[in-house]
Amino acid sequence: MYFPLANLLTEPVGVAHYMVVGALMFVCGVICMATKRNALGILMGIELVLNGANVNFVAIGSPYLRGDAGDIGLDGQLIALFVIVLAAAEAAVALAIALNFYNSFSTIDVDRADQLHG
Amino acid sequence: MPAERLPLLLMLAWLLPLASFTVIWIGYSLPQMAGRRASYAVSKFGGWIACLAIITSCVLSFVALFGVWLPAHHLASAAHGHEAEHHGQADGHTLVGSSDFHLVGADAQSRLVLHAGGHGDHTHGDAHADHPNRPPTYYSGDWYALTIFGDLKITIGYYIDALTVGMFCMVTLIASCVHVYATGYMHDELHDVTDHEVHLANGEYLHRPGRYHRFFQYLSLFCFSMLGIVIAGNLAMTFVFWELVGICSYFLIGFYIERHSASTAANKAFIVNRVGDFGMLIGLMALWASLGTFSFGDAQDAQGKTLVTKSGEVAEPGVFSLLRSPKNSFQLAPSDGMIAEAAPDQIAAAVRDAEVLGADEAGLDEAVAAKVAELRQDSDVHHGYWLLLVAGVGIFCGCVGKSAQFPLHTWLPDAMEGPTPVSALVHSATMVAAGVFLVGRAYPLFAPEALLVIAYTGAITLFIAATIALTATDIKRVLAYSTVSQLGFMMLALGVGGFIAGIFHLITHAFFKSLLFLCSGSVIHAVHTNEMTEMGGLRKKMPITAYTMLIGCLAIIGAGLPLSPIGFSGFYSKDAIVEQAWSFASHNPKHLILCAAPLVGAFMTAFYMFRLWYMTFIGKPRNHHRYEHAHESPLAMTGPLLLLAVFAVGVAWHFPFTNLSITNLLAQGQPVGTSATSHGVLLADLTIPAEILSHSPEVKIPAGLAVWSVAAAGFLLSTMMYAWRVIDPSEVRQTFLPAYGFLRKKWYFDELYNWLFVKPTFVISYAIAAFDRNVIDWFINKCAWACKQVATVVNDIGDRRMVDGTVDGIARGTWDFGLALRNLQTGQLRQYIAFIAGGTLMLFLIATAWFAFVR
Repeated sequence: MYFPLANLLTEPVGVAHYMVVGALMFVCGVICMATKRNALGILMGIELVLNGANVNFVAIGSPYLRGDAGDIGLDGQLIALFVIVLAAAEAAVALAIALNFYNSFSTIDVDRADQLHG
Repeated sequence: MPAERLPLLLMLAWLLPLASFTVIWIGYSLPQMAGRRASYAVSKFGGWIACLAIITSCVLSFVALFGVWLPAHHLASAAHGHEAEHHGQADGHTLVGSSDFHLVGADAQSRLVLHAGGHGDHTHGDAHADHPNRPPTYYSGDWYALTIFGDLKITIGYYIDALTVGMFCMVTLIASCVHVYATGYMHDELHDVTDHEVHLANGEYLHRPGRYHRFFQYLSLFCFSMLGIVIAGNLAMTFVFWELVGICSYFLIGFYIERHSASTAANKAFIVNRVGDFGMLIGLMALWASLGTFSFGDAQDAQGKTLVTKSGEVAEPGVFSLLRSPKNSFQLAPSDGMIAEAAPDQIAAAVRDAEVLGADEAGLDEAVAAKVAELRQDSDVHHGYWLLLVAGVGIFCGCVGKSAQFPLHTWLPDAMEGPTPVSALVHSATMVAAGVFLVGRAYPLFAPEALLVIAYTGAITLFIAATIALTATDIKRVLAYSTVSQLGFMMLALGVGGFIAGIFHLITHAFFKSLLFLCSGSVIHAVHTNEMTEMGGLRKKMPITAYTMLIGCLAIIGAGLPLSPIGFSGFYSKDAIVEQAWSFASHNPKHLILCAAPLVGAFMTAFYMFRLWYMTFIGKPRNHHRYEHAHESPLAMTGPLLLLAVFAVGVAWHFPFTNLSITNLLAQGQPVGTSATSHGVLLADLTIPAEILSHSPEVKIPAGLAVWSVAAAGFLLSTMMYAWRVIDPSEVRQTFLPAYGFLRKKWYFDELYNWLFVKPTFVISYAIAAFDRNVIDWFINKCAWACKQVATVVNDIGDRRMVDGTVDGIARGTWDFGLALRNLQTGQLRQYIAFIAGGTLMLFLIATAWFAFVR
């Protein structure tokens, strides 16, 4: 049987290692979003998901990690910056929603926000 | 004004009535159809529009005659006639063949090519019994090409010669009189009209709005159509306007359309005319197929010069020059096309032979021409002559219908149902004149045998109609049969070779017959009945009408001093006809009856015309109530009577110290090649004598005396019976009771036609209607039933089950699916995230499995 991740521990640190970290962060974020009933907790999960993706972008975009040092392409880093900006904007909107929700329901338990059920 | 302006001038005179028609149609008829009613004054104005148009036309026509035509083309003096007359006596019977004949032909040809239309002045100087004359001066051209299909060119064009100009003056003058007269006569139509001859279902009389404007509208269209025939440059255009005249007469005869008799009479006039027109179409097809052109004259440019090709040939020869070519010294001969049509097998054989020898296109043409020339020499068979005959008789068939000749004369007396001014117009200047005019216009293409047909038709017509007029008591019907009879005179004259005599009588007759009709209208207007048995003594009540009508009667019987040039207009024209018939009979003793017929006709004419006048105007009133109410007509009606009376007296007179007379004008328009004696080809002993021969003393004196004495005898007999009462008419009637009944019933023509044509038509149509109802309707109904059954099945299975079922099923499925999906939408945010994560995971696993196991 072939395990694609088996030799990560023996190799020097490269793109794959970063991607594993990113994947872990992503999965933690998703689990956080799926389990937390507190809206702030869910926002944290979202941040984790976004930053897990950022780690991937930065890792894949880094010429040092890829090994072709001659190229100074900064695509990954730039997209990561975009994502950070996006995350900030999204956090602002999400917090505003949370605040309004709290004003209406006196709680930030997302399970209480089920008025759109079918 | 230069003579080249003639077409423009006459075109204006021709189109003005059309303009009036259009104006009245748009200004009056259309608003009336939309429910608007014109006031009294406005309606009256509509009548004046029409009058103004036709009077302007009349002025233009007279300007065209006296201001343009006569100054440009001086009339030949009568001296030539005498000289030729002398010649004619000497060698009237010899055939053409003298040595100067080629010279004449060549000269004529060069003139035709170079100066046609330019100098007609000396055209008739050499009118001669032996030498066919050159073409008369004419202007020919096209205004507008309606369509061109290959060789077939249908155009609106003109052919203007002396005949055209003369006819324009006659038609517009009489039409003007009739228009003005009608403004008085149709006065009742200005208000709402109660028609006492139409009973409605509820027992009341018909009450309808007046139709004053409509009358003038159709009168204008009628004049336009008639002038169109007169100016027409080709036979196709003639035919178009021929039909227009027919439809106008239909409208006007059926003016009182609510009266059953009027609508029937209109239908009868129209349908009987169609019978004749069928023959005319055949004639036109024969001409077209063999000549390839419809136009009368050779094509000319705007200056009246004949168009020529580079080699000096006439570019587009007309029917006349094709049938009477200068090369044949203007004698009638079948054209090359006719010979080729008549012998297609020989022509095809010639073409085959030439092809075998390897001839090219030009060679083939040459071979055909040679064969045609060879066939032309074949004097036993007369190739193409029959085609010529068919064309001539076919065109005459149309004239038989229009001019009410036997056997299609039955429509004309019924046409009396129209208002009297229409009768006057139809009977003098327009409808019936069109037929005689067309015979005159197409005169060069009638073979001697065709002329004989025309002559016999005319003779039979004049006799039958005159006998019927003897016993008729309806004042308008007497005049109607008199018209038929006089038209018979004209046709007879044309048929025996008297072109000038026939057209001359057409013109003089137009004046006195319109006068007579308008007088009778005036009488009817006064006494409100057509029956002469209810009139009598009206002379004192309406003197103008009575004495103008007396003038008309004297004119129609041909009153005058015998053997002198003094008389009423009919005196000259009837003399001319009888002289020509006399001359014809002296050449053809076999056809003596053609000379006897006009003499008998003249006797009867004198009798019935004075019977009419005596019964109407003198003696004691037969119906006092009507007599008391009678009154002279207003000026609008008597004015035209007086004008027409002047013309009825003097229209045929020779203007002193000039050459100006109608006969000289007509002589100037003598159609090409028709001035000479001609001989039958199929009937070898038939001779159509030259008209000039009828002026010789040995014809003129006995003929003149004979016609004068028979007319005088008729007049005397009539006077004895109806004025002096020496002979009692009722005793005569008793003595000849069977004959009287026969004539009273109009020779049973209506009954005969009813039995021969109308009844069988009804029987056949009933049979066909029964077949329709019982067989075709049954079949259709069954088909419909079967169709309905099939449709029911298709509806149930196809539509309801399959199509509707499918659509409904899809809809229901979608609905249920939606309801099921609704349960998934819980509103729980965390659940959604779990779904997203789970879904992504599933996709990932599927993709992995795909790459791991399937690929």
